[in-house]
Amino acid sequence: MNERKKKKKMFFFGALVALLLLAAAFAPALTPYDPYEQDLSSALLPPSPSHLLGTDRYGRDMLSRVIMGSQTTVYAALLLVAAITVAGSMVGICCGYLGGRLDTVLMRISDIFLAFPGMVFAIAVASVMSGGIMNAVIALACISWPKYARIARSQVLSIKNMPYIAAARLSGLGTGRIIWRHIVPNIAGPVVVTAVLDIGTMIMEIAGLSFLGLGATPPTAEWGSMMSNGRSMLQTSPWVVLSPGCAIFLTVVIFNLAGDAVRDVLDPKK
Amino acid sequence: MDKLLRVQGLEKTFYKNKIPFKAVDGISFDVKPGECLGIVGESGCGKSTTAKIITHLVAPDAGSVLLNGAETLSWKGKKERELYRHIQMVFQTPRESFDPRRTLGDGIMEGMRSQGVGRAKARERMYELLDQVELERTFAGRYPHEASGGQCQRAAIARALAPGPQLVICDEATSALDVTVQGQIMRLLKKMQSQQGLALLLISHDLALVQNYCDRMLVMYQGRVVEEGIPDQVIRHPQEAYTQMLVDAVL
Repeated sequence: MNERKKKKKMFFFGALVALLLLAAAFAPALTPYDPYEQDLSSALLPPSPSHLLGTDRYGRDMLSRVIMGSQTTVYAALLLVAAITVAGSMVGICCGYLGGRLDTVLMRISDIFLAFPGMVFAIAVASVMSGGIMNAVIALACISWPKYARIARSQVLSIKNMPYIAAARLSGLGTGRIIWRHIVPNIAGPVVVTAVLDIGTMIMEIAGLSFLGLGATPPTAEWGSMMSNGRSMLQTSPWVVLSPGCAIFLTVVIFNLAGDAVRDVLDPKK
Repeated sequence: MDKLLRVQGLEKTFYKNKIPFKAVDGISFDVKPGECLGIVGESGCGKSTTAKIITHLVAPDAGSVLLNGAETLSWKGKKERELYRHIQMVFQTPRESFDPRRTLGDGIMEGMRSQGVGRAKARERMYELLDQVELERTFAGRYPHEASGGQCQRAAIARALAPGPQLVICDEATSALDVTVQGQIMRLLKKMQSQQGLALLLISHDLALVQNYCDRMLVMYQGRVVEEGIPDQVIRHPQEAYTQMLVDAVL
């Protein structure tokens, strides 16, 4: 694929992501009904022109709840990915550039985190912290940062002995400025690509924790908990489960394709 | 004549899989102000490690490095930055010695900016340096991949000259360039040496280059200096078997 096509692809999926983020940001203004207002007289209505995605068991409009849920799920995932990218990369950069005992200690700690089955560990942490979307984010952050630390460290190791780093030292730059001016920009590509590709995964994991009752608490509109609440009605009122399910599916696909497009542009080896 | 740089009893051992490898084994030498000293030897004989120790890129196990009579190996932080005002280095791989995400002009100005020189003044000085190394000013805005090896090496020389150093270490600075560009770069370095009274420490495995451009030379073998003298004499009448072998290998 030539450079122009790659960039076109990135802009297309970038625009879709931007649209999604804008929809999430202005969700309260976009919802046709109040997503939290209960109306038991119109409970479990199938999709119709007045309720495009039907209603749930409390008569709440599903479309309004799906739109509102995008805010919770997408922004929680973005916050999570931003936190683990920054924290993990900082650990990896320090380990890779400074080396020595700090590297050994922090990498062994990351090995311990990597040794646990991720989701099981997140469930345990989220249970201890007694649910809530922020606690779900913290639980997932605990298990996800080592991946970024590993990527950043390996990237730093591959460039730290390059002559331009030595030249920067000879120019009188201290460690902090070398890291900020020369290391970070040169390792950013693979880290950013991983982060963008991870947004989809994190949306699913947050929704997963919420599905298990360890994420968002009722009545917060969140896709995972909406699916969980509707699972007993899958055969009688499938729209209650399918609406948030399709929203998760489409969002994850958009973020994954956007991640692929970013990788095509930033990673010349692909 | 006073000594600009005095290296005494330098030692460095590297470990690979816990197996020691003595890269530098107690070498001593001096560099006088304004002279061009060549260090020759095969790959792995410790030439580059010596240069890296002098410039604090590698820490030695033992020995001392004196600049104008002052011990420099203990210099850290601000003092270390002071060292880089006096000693600069030109690397073997010209393109890789510039950050691929920054322009050549940024690379040349970086040292000045870190010393607190204002942007406008640093830019002005950078253009002067480009003129000195006979590189068009438009190269300031080019990235390393947009310039040839020789052009990048000229920019690297400009960067090395920016703080007005007394000594420039050229670590195989011409070995990655083709023969005609090698000559141009060496003539440029010699011109800078004579114009600015620079001392040059020329690390090379090219005997002809050292013979043509250096005032004195050292022959290194397995981390030690095995022979020292005027290049013509050392190359025509080698006293050591290793030097003889090196000369024979070229001829």
